[in-house]
Amino acid sequence: MKLTLRVWRQKNADADGAMSTYEVDGVSPDMSFLEMLDTLNEELILKGEDPVAFDHDCREGICGACSLVINGDAHGPERTTTCQLHMRSFRDGDTLDIEPWRASAFPVIKDLVVDRSAFDRIIQAGGYITAPTGSAPEAHATPVPKPDADLAFEHAECIGCGACVAACPNGAAMLFTSAKVNHLNVLPQGAPERETRVLDMVAQMDEEGFGGCTLAGECATACPKGIPLTSITSMNKEWLRATRKVAKR
Amino acid sequence: MALATRTDRRPSLARTVWDSSVGKKAVMAVSGIVMLLYLVVHMIGNLKIFFGPGEFDHYAHWLRTLGEPFMHYEWTLWLIRVVLVAAVVAHAVSAYQLSRRDLRARPSKYVHKKARASYATRTMRWGGVILGLFIVWHLLDLTTGTVHSGGFQEGHPYQNVVDTFSTWYGNVVYLVAMLALGLHVRHGFFSAAQTLGAGSRTRNRALRAVADVLALLLTAGFVAVPVGVMTGVVS
Ligand code: HEM
Ligand code: SF4
Ligand code: FES
Repeated sequence: MKLTLRVWRQKNADADGAMSTYEVDGVSPDMSFLEMLDTLNEELILKGEDPVAFDHDCREGICGACSLVINGDAHGPERTTTCQLHMRSFRDGDTLDIEPWRASAFPVIKDLVVDRSAFDRIIQAGGYITAPTGSAPEAHATPVPKPDADLAFEHAECIGCGACVAACPNGAAMLFTSAKVNHLNVLPQGAPERETRVLDMVAQMDEEGFGGCTLAGECATACPKGIPLTSITSMNKEWLRATRKVAKR
Repeated sequence: MALATRTDRRPSLARTVWDSSVGKKAVMAVSGIVMLLYLVVHMIGNLKIFFGPGEFDHYAHWLRTLGEPFMHYEWTLWLIRVVLVAAVVAHAVSAYQLSRRDLRARPSKYVHKKARASYATRTMRWGGVILGLFIVWHLLDLTTGTVHSGGFQEGHPYQNVVDTFSTWYGNVVYLVAMLALGLHVRHGFFSAAQTLGAGSRTRNRALRAVADVLALLLTAGFVAVPVGVMTGVVS
């Protein structure tokens, strides 16, 4: 396959960026999208040019590092991560626009790499449980009803990639935050911080400059892990409950 | 379990709600539902115009005597007005502030444009502005009579309504606003249910259906009045 790539190039956080056009030839349909970019970068390095910077780590869809907007879709046309997207999803002769996540809370560092540490700070604000350290507790010591375990697991699938923010017309981190809040709030292990967790994580989310939810639904469509839009509804419910409880004290 | 509990002091309920994007959205949802409840009653009341000037004008008079003898003449009406003004102001201010935050959060656009699902969001914002302007015009037209087309007569709402809908612009303004209202309620009702945590995977289909029916009935009911005047059924 032969492809025309229009890639966002930006020297550093302060520089103005622009789209640059490249041709890549000899692309196999079995290549992953990132391998296709590796091919481009090898050519660029051989020519003595600066390779395109992009984030990646596991390349197996579990770490959440890869983050490209391809033809306007976060993670491209399939519902998966960019690293698990294969070139067979495209056709010979296609022109592909490749851009970084765009949100003011995710500033571009270089080319296609954005700073997602805002997510880390949301986690630091409450995405943990307070547990005594030591050896792992006996698994049956804390019973978890099966439906709750399933619900927690569904939310635990979030890999923190940020595609939800990239896809949202308001640059909102509601889907990410709700996945993290619900994951722990449905479990007995998360119960001691149930109220402070949701209040602090939402406050941090606001603090980072993410937008709010207008039910556009783009986040849940883009999410490679299928976190549902109703997670946001559950988080809203948790937040209102926590606000009432904390105010009563 | 000896867990270290956090003992930091938290701001008041009102502060927490107003300072949070989730809380402010709840203010918007509650004020929207207050307006929505009022509009359902308002729409049903308007339909009395089809039973002639006697019944319609009497209904308008009754609104002023509502709650008597406990309430003085017009007290109840003023109470409703105060609640509604509070709802409109709370709704519009939170809508403005949240929209500003949303626009700031996504300053640079993608080069590759897609028809994004911001359709609903944009309709809500423009529809909201249209509704805000409409509310002002509507009050100046039929409540105070300041911009009324015919000779405005206090206490004769039937004739005032017929006068308004005998002008082309009266009809255009009204029809555009009611269309905006229908779209606003359709997304707004469903939205408010999610904001207040009432939605769920199993309930959302029903909530969407209720939103559609509510929007349709509300729009049809309100639009019936100018259509009645235009077709001569009401004159
Ligand atoms: C002053 C005029 C108005 C303005 C400026 C306005 C503006 C807005 C905006 C911008 C939204 C947010 C949409 C979103 O986040 O997706 C909204 C939501 C809403 N509006 Fe209005 N609106 C107005 C009048 C009304 C009226 C008359 C009603 C009554 C039917 C109403 C009911 C609602 C409801 C129920 C919501 C949903 C709240 C939520 O998302 O939780 N609005 N409005
Ligand atoms: S909710 Fe989905 S899209 Fe958002 S960060 Fe988690 S995995 Fe990525
Ligand atoms: S590189 Fe780890 S999820 Fe794509």
